[in-house]
Amino acid sequence: MKVNQPKYGRFGDFGGRYIPETLVPAIEELEENYLKFRQDKNFRKELDYYLKYYAGRPTPLYFAKNLTKKIGGAKIYLKREDLLHGGAHKINNTLGQALLAKKMKKKRIIAETGAGQHGVATSMACSCLEIKSEIYMGYKDTIRQKLNVFRMNLLGSKVHTVKAGSQTLKDAINEAIRDWITNVDTTYYLLGSAVGPHPYPVMVRDFQSVIGEEIKKQMKEINKKSPDAVIACVGGGSNAIGTFYPLLDSDVEIIGVEAAGKGLKTQQHSATLNVGTKGVLHGMMTYLLQDKEGQIRQTHSIAAGLDYPGVGPEHAHLKDTGRVKYHSATDREVIDAFLLLTRTEGIIPALESAHAIADVIKVAKTKSKSESIVVTLSGRGDKDVEVVEEYLRKNVKNSK
Amino acid sequence: MSKIQNKFSELKSKKEKALIAYIMVGFPNETGTMSAIRGLIKGGADIIELGFPFSDPIADGPVIQNASTISLSKGTKLQQFFKIIKKIRKETNIPLIIMTYTNILYRQGYNEFMKNAKKAGIDGLILPDMSVEESNNYLDAAKRNKMDTIFLISPNTSKERIKKILKATSGFLYLVSIFGTTGMRTKIQQYTIDAIKKTKKIVNKKIPIGIGFGVYTPEDAKKFLSFGVDAIIVGSAFLRLIEHTPSNKIESKITSFTKKMKNTTRNR
Repeated sequence: MKVNQPKYGRFGDFGGRYIPETLVPAIEELEENYLKFRQDKNFRKELDYYLKYYAGRPTPLYFAKNLTKKIGGAKIYLKREDLLHGGAHKINNTLGQALLAKKMKKKRIIAETGAGQHGVATSMACSCLEIKSEIYMGYKDTIRQKLNVFRMNLLGSKVHTVKAGSQTLKDAINEAIRDWITNVDTTYYLLGSAVGPHPYPVMVRDFQSVIGEEIKKQMKEINKKSPDAVIACVGGGSNAIGTFYPLLDSDVEIIGVEAAGKGLKTQQHSATLNVGTKGVLHGMMTYLLQDKEGQIRQTHSIAAGLDYPGVGPEHAHLKDTGRVKYHSATDREVIDAFLLLTRTEGIIPALESAHAIADVIKVAKTKSKSESIVVTLSGRGDKDVEVVEEYLRKNVKNSK
Repeated sequence: MSKIQNKFSELKSKKEKALIAYIMVGFPNETGTMSAIRGLIKGGADIIELGFPFSDPIADGPVIQNASTISLSKGTKLQQFFKIIKKIRKETNIPLIIMTYTNILYRQGYNEFMKNAKKAGIDGLILPDMSVEESNNYLDAAKRNKMDTIFLISPNTSKERIKKILKATSGFLYLVSIFGTTGMRTKIQQYTIDAIKKTKKIVNKKIPIGIGFGVYTPEDAKKFLSFGVDAIIVGSAFLRLIEHTPSNKIESKITSFTKKMKNTTRNR
């Protein structure tokens, strides 16, 4: 008995659409509208307007001269997504999707958030476009990112604390999906990463691809050629796929960096592509951190935004084809990278983005001074200073 | 004919509809599960759905989520799950269905999982996150292992889509009564009644229709049955009862509640 396979929405073996039947009409409506508005010149124009005047695009490509000198290898450029309104790349996607929701005449937007950056970016886009928003956030994340909870409240969003499961991003997504099932007629689910059932991974990638498009253009202006390598951190993988996608058919070396937490040999990490196995979660087939029985494992990262047991299906495919190499960085390496960038350049990176910095420290050394590497600095680190302070305090204690 | 189909035709000849009961295996523990199952059988349940817990049950409301969490924390594993099923099989010939999520099967391999399930005495499967578009390999394995595959439809499922889902469904068709997760309590909605009517017309008696999600009381059951469904599926109500009952009373409490529910299905 053969039933149709989807024509669209698969990256090799990965992706697809594994969802409760109630969501099918909503997902089909979303796909149809997205495909329509993606081609629509007026939609594009309106989005470009908000990206430029509201969010602050294009973001600079900054030559990190002090960091480059300190490391002593390839020239390091930082794609400054941290300078966007809200302090992270998330606004690229939330403006795109909120505008789409508005065109679809949806009255209510829900979203999940891990570190709180997507929640904040959703709240901002929804205020800007005058749509009601509600955000789901794991209890553990509301504690470690409590200022972001307050920011969302200030921006007019209702924040629902999720106490189920591991009380992090994964559980916030579960709860948002349950809300969507219950309010499917009125509600738009604004997913924040390149994960979930088709068309989310495609749509989020497209909205984030502005990062890679700008990198291409800006490197041509600076160096008359593409960079030799690009590096971005990967949790669900939205800033990474946005950076990588426009460069996939070039010969640029592409590196994603996952959270190795307390080490890949411990169970306390979020390095899905490095050590995960294939499975189905949150509507997609992808690599997962799971046990032999198919139960999803608890994950860990010092960066709440990377603390997720799955990964975008396109990354899973790019790993299997070998086009992208996926490295990892431990919490300790990340803290070192955070401190180094802060001190050398006066730029405080988000702990998520500090994973990419930790990797460029290793990679730049191996390359010649004539080569150039672009690191996507996906967000700023103001939200993380408390976590860093605590880490440093505990680790000084431990070493005594 | 499969055991599930047989059950429906046997009920039809007795002018009865089916009571399908769901419980979560390992909740509150293995002994409690066995007591609950004995209660269901004594009380006259026609088909039993056995939930296998998954860490991320997106289609389930708080009652089943909580039962999953407890079952997992008690260490419920597949090997032990199949052992419990074998034990149940020794006591009864009632059709048994596994309800869980796609990843549990995918991780073992669809065929490997179903081979073990069949050996233990399982007759069918329900996966609320298995979309029909993704189901080719799942259906192949089910066919090979003579396993019924029960698909779900929702009040917003289109006519064309119901037809497509019917091609993949065997045993019965599971109509989700509400927009929501399992166990949500609401009065019976007009859209649900419309959905039953629409579905009956499309299905045209080719396969039984069961209705579930939010069937809590005998009154709920009577109302749904009056609109002509072939089975009522009750889950969260049983789990709530188990939750609030000391373990030595589980069997008797479940028996008497099952009897009340079963009575609504007679003389139909």
